[in-house]
Amino acid sequence: MKIPYYPGCTLHERALDFDMASRECANALGVELEELPVWTCCGAVFPLTTDSVMDILAGVRNLAYASRMGDKVVTLCSFCYNVLKRSNKVIREDEEKREKANLFLKADTDERAEMESYLEQDYVGQVEVLHYIEMLRDVVGFDKVAKSLKTSLKGLRVAPYYGCMLLRPKKEMEFDDPERPTIFEDFLETLGCDVVDFPMKAECCGGFQIVRDEETAIACSQTVLSSAIKRDADLIITTCPLCLYNLDRKQKEMAKRVKGFTKIPVIYFTQLLGIALGIDEEHLDFSDNYVDPRPVLAGKKLV
Amino acid sequence: MRLRLSTDSIRNASIERVEDLSGQALSSCYQCGRCSAGCPVVDEMDLIPNEVIRLLQFGQIKKVLRSKTIWICASCMQCSARCPKGVEFSSICDALRAMVLRMRLATPAVDAGNLSRVMVSKAPQMGVVSALRKLLNG
Amino acid sequence: MEHRIGVFVCHCGTNIAGVVDVKRVAEELAKYPGVAYSTDYLYMCSDPGQNLVKDAIKEHGLTGVVVSACSPTLHEATFRRAGAAADLNQYRVEMANIREHCSWVHRGDKEMATEKAIKIIKTMIEKVKQNEALEPISVPMTHRAMVVGAGIAGIQAALDIANAGHDVVLVEKEPSVGGHMAQLSETFPTLDCSQCILTPKMVEVSQHPRIKLLTYCEIDDVSGYVGNFKVRIKKKAAYVNRDVCNGCGLCIEKCPAKTASEFDEGLSERKAIYTPFAQAVPNQPVLDRDHCIYFESGKCGVCQKVCPVDAIDYEQKDEFLDEEVGAIIVATGFDLYPIVNIGEYGGGDIKDVVTSLQFERLLSASGPTGGVVRRPSDGEIPKEVVFLTCVGSRDPEGHMPYCSKVCCMYLTKHAMLYKHNEHDGQAYVFYMDVRTPGKDYEEFYQRAAEEDDVLYIRGKVSKLFEEDGKVMVWGVDTLTGQKVEIAADMVVLGLAMVPSATATELAKMLKIQMNQWGFYSEAHPKLRPVESLAPGFYLAGAAQGPKDIPEVVAQASAAASKVCALFAEKEYHREPIVAWIDEDECAGCRICISVCPYDAIEFDDEKEVARVQEAICEGCGARIAACPSATAQQRNLTDDQLYMMVSAALED
Repeated sequence: MKIPYYPGCTLHERALDFDMASRECANALGVELEELPVWTCCGAVFPLTTDSVMDILAGVRNLAYASRMGDKVVTLCSFCYNVLKRSNKVIREDEEKREKANLFLKADTDERAEMESYLEQDYVGQVEVLHYIEMLRDVVGFDKVAKSLKTSLKGLRVAPYYGCMLLRPKKEMEFDDPERPTIFEDFLETLGCDVVDFPMKAECCGGFQIVRDEETAIACSQTVLSSAIKRDADLIITTCPLCLYNLDRKQKEMAKRVKGFTKIPVIYFTQLLGIALGIDEEHLDFSDNYVDPRPVLAGKKLV
Repeated sequence: MRLRLSTDSIRNASIERVEDLSGQALSSCYQCGRCSAGCPVVDEMDLIPNEVIRLLQFGQIKKVLRSKTIWICASCMQCSARCPKGVEFSSICDALRAMVLRMRLATPAVDAGNLSRVMVSKAPQMGVVSALRKLLNG
Repeated sequence: MEHRIGVFVCHCGTNIAGVVDVKRVAEELAKYPGVAYSTDYLYMCSDPGQNLVKDAIKEHGLTGVVVSACSPTLHEATFRRAGAAADLNQYRVEMANIREHCSWVHRGDKEMATEKAIKIIKTMIEKVKQNEALEPISVPMTHRAMVVGAGIAGIQAALDIANAGHDVVLVEKEPSVGGHMAQLSETFPTLDCSQCILTPKMVEVSQHPRIKLLTYCEIDDVSGYVGNFKVRIKKKAAYVNRDVCNGCGLCIEKCPAKTASEFDEGLSERKAIYTPFAQAVPNQPVLDRDHCIYFESGKCGVCQKVCPVDAIDYEQKDEFLDEEVGAIIVATGFDLYPIVNIGEYGGGDIKDVVTSLQFERLLSASGPTGGVVRRPSDGEIPKEVVFLTCVGSRDPEGHMPYCSKVCCMYLTKHAMLYKHNEHDGQAYVFYMDVRTPGKDYEEFYQRAAEEDDVLYIRGKVSKLFEEDGKVMVWGVDTLTGQKVEIAADMVVLGLAMVPSATATELAKMLKIQMNQWGFYSEAHPKLRPVESLAPGFYLAGAAQGPKDIPEVVAQASAAASKVCALFAEKEYHREPIVAWIDEDECAGCRICISVCPYDAIEFDDEKEVARVQEAICEGCGARIAACPSATAQQRNLTDDQLYMMVSAALED
């Protein structure tokens, strides 16, 4: 089975580990992530103001590309998922913006020659934007995932961290219960892990504020981490490269500031899936992590 | 401190602009403060979120545009998710920053040309791009 | 007959006159064919306004009247009485609704509103021209009432009707009467004990010679109409022969099976065979088969073995009783909004976050902790207790948009009673507005703040979560502009009041109206607050909307007095605006029988024609539209009349 795949800039460049692990896992489950032949940055944030049509174009253009390949597009990065899903909703529901956006798309020039025919029809929101975890649940099926497992993760205490962008705004994302989401818990149970429910799982890591002022973002991230640590989590999973950056890389700063700070590994959920599927550690690539998850995993005889 | 209120001061063009750009009805807010209660970055704000809306309800746009708050919002949307009246404070912040930037009222909170090397070389692109768009893009 | 119609245009203060040019309307209509008199007045429903109508009828020999004012649901009866007083048949008086249907919805366009008002009135003039002089239909009436729900509302209503000399059937779905009031500790603003003031009334209903008390029973079916209802009641199998049981309680003592007590809101356990609480009325147990070992495995049977009077009957089945009554009061009460829906407050998973009714049980001397407030998690006495108002209320985005009205007061009472319990403790109340509109309520609130040092914090809490054995509260004080954090030992949620779970189903069975949240709708929000729009049904208590005990009792007594007023007449007089059939024309196709929602049409097998039972027909018009030969007509709404009305409306 092939499914169109939109990696987005970060997975193409700085989160290659996430990209690789996710493709490997998909292969092991009989799914080929078929990267869109042409794609651009989604813009990373949904338009800030209602008067902006230009700002929505990046998202819509990628959706239009995807529509040439099928009725679905899968993505992994929380920001991409947020932008694509909300842009799609605007195209489906706002007639004026739909018309304007399509006028812009038609004006796109031939540098995208190989895809030029994508402009023949208006993009009207026909593509369904899926997060990889939704693909696992709804397309592959968690039962099939369970049957494909090679290693039991029993005894591994994992805290699922959702962050903001998958869940909110709730009416537009319609991803899960924004207060008490369960999709990652269900996923972790499928893998046989001990799920660590922690109250900060949908609170903010500080997000892009890390660029403006590290202190602000680190304070947020530390709240999230300490909540999971307090509940004896062995590691935290996420699906957002920015969350991972704030939660993992910034533990260096936290350790400097807080006496007796306990470090905790933070990895992508597909890296954990990869271990359970018996994928070679090389293809999961933990080399970028500041807090190396391998000692924890080795302790449970998982690597 | 004394505030003199009048019809003209309450409903001015700037306030209408905030409502247009944000798509939010300021009068919907009944000041329960839940946006502030759940905000993860409220510690640094000079005005807490419900105060920003209150000032806008009074027409006091200048105070709001000068505040640090609008640059500190991390757009986590927790305020919007829990608002009992469906007011999205994060969208109001987006609109207020856009107004400042479009009118060049203040120096932006980040300098794109002066980001740290670590940030440019190590941070995920999505983080840098979203920060620049949120904080520099009117 | 020469038509001499009078048109009376009401200003309704500025309600109508602020939009519709009433003078012009009156002048225009004076010129309309058949109109003998046309005028306008500030308040037509006032005494001088009504006199205007009466005098004009006599002076101008009017044959019909069109009062152009508000909705007929408000003042049709008023003006019909005025017409009758001037010897004009009351069914020749009609209302033209130029308020709800015109001025209120066309504030922006006065010219159009005026034109529309004229058209509305013209249609009613055409109707009145052909209105027959009718007399109300008299039907026999059963002078016996039913009250559904035996909380404080139902108890009060039943007692009032019975004490006025009428028989009452009081139906309660639980094993005991008393409702939520029996669960409460002390009551605001006087702090008298809820049980002390309620239990005497509970005993009174069970012993009153005119009250037939049916507990553990549900309404199964209702047919008939005002004055003549037939109600089928399901008497749920209690597996206890209630004619024999003497309430000794031995079965309860010996029963080995336990489950969560509903009465204690899950804070204690009860047996499978149980009475909800010690002071239950009747004091006979029922057996809950879902938790009974005998019903699960066929073993046990202890209750049967120990019963000294052989009252246990495992073979008992649901029974059905039929009761005939003339009026029905619905007093089905409230439930708390489900805590599971409030994810940001833990959705019920944080042990030391309790509902307001759970806290009542913790405060109650007869409660699971003997009246000492203890944390459900570890039984410790809490030192920091946080009370949250408006949980699920005033939240149009996520939950219920309305104010639940009593939470400000009972949380204040909770905080105060907690402080009386635990002098060293601190009580905090997060509020948006403290609403105290009741006699001695504001003083009560001030006392809590001043004498009991309850700290009121203005702001809505965003999130509750467990941390180090405490409940962390993320709140705000909007008055000082600070986020507030409290590590609480316990948090009490003032959850919204919602109609009881069975209310909607009952409303559908009784064919009475509800609002969008499932509260029963009153016939008029101000002037008919205890009547349903459906004749013969009356409303009492929180089933109609959130309210506190004094208000519930007042409303219950009001509903009872309405029933007594109905019963004051020997027969019931009802509207003659019903269907009739021209028997010579009826082809006997029976289509009308299939569409009538009230089973009001009988078929004469001999003549092979359909016949309307006027006592039952509600005049809904369904059969008239369905009749293929147009032989079925509605009195004073004939096809001819409708044709003329539509023509008048479409005329340029």
